[in-house]
Amino acid sequence: MDILIAYLEYPFVRYALIVGVLISLCSALLGVTLVLKRFSFIGDGLSHVAFGAMAIAAVLNLSNNMIVVLPVTVLSAILLLRTGQNAKIKGDAAIAMISVGALAFGYLLMNIFSTSSNLTGDVCSTLFGSMSILTLTPGEVLACAILSVIVIIVFILFYNKIFAVTFDENFAKATGTKADLYNLLIAIIIAVIIVLAMNLVGSLLISALVIFPALSAMRIFRNFKQVTICSAVLSVVCSLSGMIISILTGTPVGSTIVAVDVAVFAVCWIAGLIRGGN
Amino acid sequence: MAQLVVEDLSLGYESQAIIEGLNFTVNAGDYLCIVGENGSGKTTLMKTLLNLKTPLSGKITTGGDLKKNEIGYLPQQTIVQKDFPASVREIVMSGFQGQCGIRPFYNKEEKKLAQENMERMGVADLAKRCYRDLSGGQQQRVLLARALCATRKILLLDEPVSGLDPKVTAEMYKLISDLNSDGITIIMISHDIAAAVRYASHILHIGDTVFFGTRDEYLASDIGKVFLLQQGGEK
Repeated sequence: MDILIAYLEYPFVRYALIVGVLISLCSALLGVTLVLKRFSFIGDGLSHVAFGAMAIAAVLNLSNNMIVVLPVTVLSAILLLRTGQNAKIKGDAAIAMISVGALAFGYLLMNIFSTSSNLTGDVCSTLFGSMSILTLTPGEVLACAILSVIVIIVFILFYNKIFAVTFDENFAKATGTKADLYNLLIAIIIAVIIVLAMNLVGSLLISALVIFPALSAMRIFRNFKQVTICSAVLSVVCSLSGMIISILTGTPVGSTIVAVDVAVFAVCWIAGLIRGGN
Repeated sequence: MAQLVVEDLSLGYESQAIIEGLNFTVNAGDYLCIVGENGSGKTTLMKTLLNLKTPLSGKITTGGDLKKNEIGYLPQQTIVQKDFPASVREIVMSGFQGQCGIRPFYNKEEKKLAQENMERMGVADLAKRCYRDLSGGQQQRVLLARALCATRKILLLDEPVSGLDPKVTAEMYKLISDLNSDGITIIMISHDIAAAVRYASHILHIGDTVFFGTRDEYLASDIGKVFLLQQGGEK
């Protein structure tokens, strides 16, 4: 405990905790919709795109890689959700294609135009997040916080619409809801969350952050509002405890958080079984 | 008063037309059953009426005081809904979404109306239950309550009784017929030709030959006789 308090003296630890909480909150909110819309893997696909974009930013030697990564990811999210409806290449195949493609190009670019002496380390930390959460500058923390707050506000304002579009898109459309517009909104929010979450857990582990809290909450609760709230709470608790464990024991941040998420899912699953039902 | 006028409508995928030159009119208070063989384009027609698909050619005009966001719809169930964690109340409330526009939350009046519609469909005591735990008949009534939140004028139903047992099917038909007596226009796709000719005021038969007219005209027509005989023979 003393060690923890000692660590909290450092501003970068406090920043990491703040950002971690905000990101996990955002990702859990949208996670419920993604899981129910059968888009669980979109997080994975988009994060690989973000990795590719980050490689481009690194090659171009941009100091603030957000400028490249965010628009590229948003664009891919829109494309992916669009193709879901009326495409020659079906949704899951499109995601697989874009994600591995971006991953390969990202690594290729980083290799060819390497600017750093420790390439493997760089790649590893982008993929698994390792310590980048602890090296955030106050500016990045602020940007992260603002984006997170925007995501949360948009989610609350559009909560009923997101529910309607998730539960029954055809009905929503037929009765005059602008379902395409809200799908677009969902895609954009997801892309923003993915880019933010890369700092926390790295590209490869983002899906876990998005889907585990939602799946855990769905084991226990049976209505949309409760599932959403529970998923947000679980996600924040898991991320916080994951980060604290990793600070105390020196394990990698991203994988520790995901490990806690998995453990909580197991607990929820058993709790769901005991409570009866499926 | 004509609520829906369909003129020279052609439907299909890409350039392949399934139905061509379709004409019919639905007046307020009508009970129209759309019948026809599988693959004849019944669901495509309904989706076009709902603006979910664009027709190859032709025109659909909504008449009277019917607005685009005043149409109720009971779709066939999707896979997504089978394990969706949502309470009955949440689902019924979502019927108001089309009228909400940009307004983020539901108002008092809508909450009251949702309650009334749940009572009308006999699902008020299930309001807090999870949708996926309900029986097929209860689920359909929940979706019907939601459709009623979206409209007071016209309901489009896509095979509302598929997968229901005979007793529940009869209840469902009774419920729909009561709604029609209350003045709501019904347009229903049905496989059940016997029920169609029992309840409907008008029949639209699509397929190789197209028929539109009142129920009595259909029963007297050649196509009606043949189809009734076929369907009757299968049972």
